[in-house]
Amino acid sequence: MLNRQGRPSSAGETGTTAHPTFTGNKALAQIEPLLFEIGRYDTTGVDLDEPEDFKPRLGGLERKEPIGLPGLSEPETMRHYVRLSQQNYGIDTGLFPLGSCTMKHNARLNERMARLPGFSDVHPLQPVSTVQGALELMNELGRYLVTLTNMTAVALSPKAGAHGELCGMMAIKAAIEAKGEGATRNVVLVPDSAHGTNPATAALIGFKVKPVPAREDGWVHVEDVKERLGPDVAAIMLTNPNTCGLFEPQVAEIAKAIHDAGAYFYCDGANFNAIVGKAKPGDLGVDAMHINLHKTFSTPHGGGGPGSGPVVLSERLAPFAPVPFVRAGKNGFELVEQEADAAERPFGRMTAFHGQMGMYVRALSYMLSHGSDGMKQASEDAVLNANYIRAGLADLMSLPFGNKPCMHEVLFDDAWLKDTGVTTLDVAKAMIDEGYHPMTMYFPLVVHGAMLIEPTESESKASLDLFIAMLRDLAFAAKNGDKERFTGAPYHAPRRRLDETRAARSPVLKWTPPAPVAEAAE
Amino acid sequence: MRYLPLSDTDRGEMLARIGVKTVDELFADVPKNLLLKEPMDLPRRKGELEVERILSRMSAKNISASSVPFFVGAGAYKHHVPATVDHLIQRSEFLTSYTPYQPEIAQGTLQYLFEFQTQVAALTGMEVANASMYDGSTGTGEAVLMAHRVTKRRKAVLSGGLHPHYADVVRTLSEMSSDNVVTMQPDVAGTEDILAQIDDSVSCVVVQSPDVFGNVRDLKPIAEKAHQHGVLLIAVFTEAVSLGLLASPGSQGADIVVGEGQSIGNALNFGGPYVGLFATQSKFLRQMPGRLCGETVDADGSRGFVLTLSTREQHIRRDKATSNICTNSGLCSLAFTIHMTLLGEAGLSRLARINHANAVKLADQLASVKGVEVLNKTFFNEFTLKLAKPAAEVVERLAEKGVLAGVPVSRLLPGAGLDNLLLVASTEVNTDDDRAALCAALKEVL
Repeated sequence: MLNRQGRPSSAGETGTTAHPTFTGNKALAQIEPLLFEIGRYDTTGVDLDEPEDFKPRLGGLERKEPIGLPGLSEPETMRHYVRLSQQNYGIDTGLFPLGSCTMKHNARLNERMARLPGFSDVHPLQPVSTVQGALELMNELGRYLVTLTNMTAVALSPKAGAHGELCGMMAIKAAIEAKGEGATRNVVLVPDSAHGTNPATAALIGFKVKPVPAREDGWVHVEDVKERLGPDVAAIMLTNPNTCGLFEPQVAEIAKAIHDAGAYFYCDGANFNAIVGKAKPGDLGVDAMHINLHKTFSTPHGGGGPGSGPVVLSERLAPFAPVPFVRAGKNGFELVEQEADAAERPFGRMTAFHGQMGMYVRALSYMLSHGSDGMKQASEDAVLNANYIRAGLADLMSLPFGNKPCMHEVLFDDAWLKDTGVTTLDVAKAMIDEGYHPMTMYFPLVVHGAMLIEPTESESKASLDLFIAMLRDLAFAAKNGDKERFTGAPYHAPRRRLDETRAARSPVLKWTPPAPVAEAAE
Repeated sequence: MRYLPLSDTDRGEMLARIGVKTVDELFADVPKNLLLKEPMDLPRRKGELEVERILSRMSAKNISASSVPFFVGAGAYKHHVPATVDHLIQRSEFLTSYTPYQPEIAQGTLQYLFEFQTQVAALTGMEVANASMYDGSTGTGEAVLMAHRVTKRRKAVLSGGLHPHYADVVRTLSEMSSDNVVTMQPDVAGTEDILAQIDDSVSCVVVQSPDVFGNVRDLKPIAEKAHQHGVLLIAVFTEAVSLGLLASPGSQGADIVVGEGQSIGNALNFGGPYVGLFATQSKFLRQMPGRLCGETVDADGSRGFVLTLSTREQHIRRDKATSNICTNSGLCSLAFTIHMTLLGEAGLSRLARINHANAVKLADQLASVKGVEVLNKTFFNEFTLKLAKPAAEVVERLAEKGVLAGVPVSRLLPGAGLDNLLLVASTEVNTDDDRAALCAALKEVL
């Protein structure tokens, strides 16, 4: 034996209970203090030389007080954020079945492409002659989006999905005003199953929201829409496929009824991933639809943004698209930045500059990689995966609209948890212990205790099989009375369940220096 | 296709398990005549190498900021971003995570948002900051809406020094919401009489400092008069680095501070994605738009963070929400907060002094070029030149000579009779050689 130092090489004694550690860390699970608890006000992680001969021309408006921003050296900075990252769950960690959010694989090729200097290191107000490649990219992305949707025009600039909704509804409002109906058409129909952003968007620009109730089958019925139509209705905001995971079978009839009444059809495109290459929204009668590049076209969600929400527009709405937009001119691509320079009637401007270029590059990189065949296959696989989960769980969990085919996400309610003392929230937290990100919970609002599962096309069959088996095990546990496994969960996450009530009751929204400790008495 | 794990065998087995023969049976609710039979009229799939070739060719047609003497600003600024920042924001757990709706497995995101909020509040001199907006311009639109909610008035006054794109965003939103907006004339010298616009009918005045022409504005008198009339002062900035050197808007009496955070940690990206900073006083907290992260404890009593006060937000309040915003600018706020952590107070203020010193040097050198007049008495790292020729033409000719000189005012304000004005920015990236190149090129062209 070479082990002359007496280093034990057996597995050690078994059966001892874990001892609390001195540091509170648990091996790779590190507790990380706040930046403000470890930083120093005179520390910096960048080397900069003080300018010589500094003579300010600030009109005497210099800062006189310290700011209160501690710094860290570079190694400390690296460690601080790496440790924070280790308390996060991402798509690269595991299955992330968050319904309506399309957490698909984020290819690193797209990251590399977005960082090419010709895209990442160009200024939005450089001379147009020096950014022809950037404009070409925007033009090409627009061409893809218009082709995939069979629409007439696209407004690329909206910064996120809700911003795209706002853009689309503004185009509708502008079109209505152009017809002289601005004063009378002020109602927008919104189904109860819609995302909260839909009614919020409509209300933001002065529309009155009229709900369309949910039916037992999860669909919006054309007669319910017709009943509410009148000369006061400006538009319907319909999500298709809808948030119950179902394609609206009467969508064409609804579109016709809307158009016959002189109104417009806004489609929430959050769920476009189910139908890319399978059906074109323009064929369904849509007038405006935002496309979440961060969902369907895989630009990273980044912990809550940045997003990107281009809006495709029908022929009726195309003239009202906001500035800026790209058009092909005699000497290359032109950028129309001013309303006065447009031949059409832009309703205004959504944002400074030209929108989320970094996201455009990533999305086009996704589209080029997939091609027409790959995008169609991706949608089919996304739908197949969701239905496979439905088939694997239908006997144990409850499907509020019956066991019928779904689109790219499958919706369960909590009827199967009846009398178990376990809630949808508890199931979600138990899934965390099992190493999964939970599904979307309590949305849509039209079913009780909703669990909306969207696996995306990025999951393998083996991954789905384990996920299904895990949920089956949880279902048996809940039904067999193993309540603690749920109500105390998560047990194994970086934190146990967090007290949200306390956070809202007396909000602490920033770090404040601790009060000086009073001198200890003797 | 390299991103799709299912094999044809898998697909066959899965269809059988579901109990259908073809995948199109799962699309049965799509009207038959609308289900596409033909592939879309787009190219087929491509390998990584081919995609790289196509996009690299497009990229190569653009002139990047780092490759030439570069002085373009007007709301987006070329700064050096430390390598650490880009490495860290590409960590999988940051890049591929979602909005932290499950806080137990999103403490990384939540803690940095809490730190970000603290940094933004300190930098702006305000009591509370949110977890970021899309960018400075949309944030300004939201600030105006918030002021309307607070004051229950619906008239905004926009300074003539506000970035014209920002003013356009506010006007678009206001017109659509039937709110009133008064936009003052372009104010090159920073001497407009905005006080005369303030009365009891006004909800807010929106003033940018440094303004779009580069002038440093004294906000105190505006805040004073505004507050006498129950009007809110919205202070806007487009260059976050300036806050390292200038008195904070909060210390001058601003009620809402909103600005662009791109300068810290984020690349130019041809205009986006960027990160909007938004801060206010605690008394207005419940009218503030956007996400907020707050401190709490978990079931074991350990400190943790959650999204909070969501009863303001659209997913709860629907048509009664304070805003329709759903997303923030998560990863860009991470880039901001990492860069700010690296800088610290010491680094930020030094960076700001370098920027200012470089701009002063440039202004003095340009002032000696024939046909060039520097208009500003005060500025931070950007100022306005009056040229002997139309600036748009000059900028084009300078670009041909390999110098990106700045932004012609006519590009932002066409038809305002300001065709000979040029906005020129200078940051820490500019060298003596860059300044010499700009002066030499201008001499040739003017």
